[in-house]
Amino acid sequence: MHILFPMPWQSIVLFTVWLLLNESIAPGHLVLAAFLAIGIPQLLRGTQDHPFRIQKPMLAVMYALKVLGDIVSANFEVAVQVLGPSKRLQPGFLAIPLDITGDFPITLLASTISLTPGTVSAEVSSDQKWLYVHALHLVDETASIREIKKRYEQPLKEIFGC
Amino acid sequence: MDFFIELVVSALLLMGGIFVLLGSIGLLKMPDFYMRLHTPTKATTLGMGAILVACMLLTSYRSGGVSAHELLITIFLFITAPVSAMMLAKTALHLKVKIKKGSRNRDLAETAKHREPPSHAE
Repeated sequence: MHILFPMPWQSIVLFTVWLLLNESIAPGHLVLAAFLAIGIPQLLRGTQDHPFRIQKPMLAVMYALKVLGDIVSANFEVAVQVLGPSKRLQPGFLAIPLDITGDFPITLLASTISLTPGTVSAEVSSDQKWLYVHALHLVDETASIREIKKRYEQPLKEIFGC
Repeated sequence: MDFFIELVVSALLLMGGIFVLLGSIGLLKMPDFYMRLHTPTKATTLGMGAILVACMLLTSYRSGGVSAHELLITIFLFITAPVSAMMLAKTALHLKVKIKKGSRNRDLAETAKHREPPSHAE
């Protein structure tokens, strides 16, 4: 079982996504979906070094909804900043100390930061303890760092228990 | 019912169009590369999302079934947009792209490039 499906969740996702893309459950598509669901994880098995586990699924759903809401508000914020005079913007770099560990949680945090108000993540330090972020309008450095840590990192830490 | 669906779809299309346009204006207008990165990752993602939801509503209504293609495209977009933004930012750090004068913590770009912890950490 473990040899055939080194990443069971990813296999399930691949299988359903392929069927949804084709919008059919014809035998041919089922075979092809099974082939992809088994084949692609086989090719990628060497790349995943830290297996992760979602400890609190409910919290994960809440987190996804919160991020979705923040994406919408981020857009209105960016819209205002684009239309306003760009001279008034004060851009800058931030170094956020990371409390979470593991490749996948850090990737999720970096992606969330990129999609939400005014910040784009740029780089992670090689010891995975610092996340470098570029902010479009940086007013108070410590307040921004505190806000990101409280709003996004804390729930991720609880979801993955790391 | 027809009218109601069409109203919602046109509102979503209009909103999507406006956000994509704003994203492009931002791309043109922002003074440096890092600031340019912000508008396409956010505005364009939501704009595309709104357009795709409109498409999904209309095709689902017309064909009677649920159309999942657009939802999948939206999800793929939400996964790939931040990754490509990060790769672009990384490339910019390595090419030492000009950072706007007056940006705060410009020295962090150098430590970020070498993937070191910031100097104030020690």
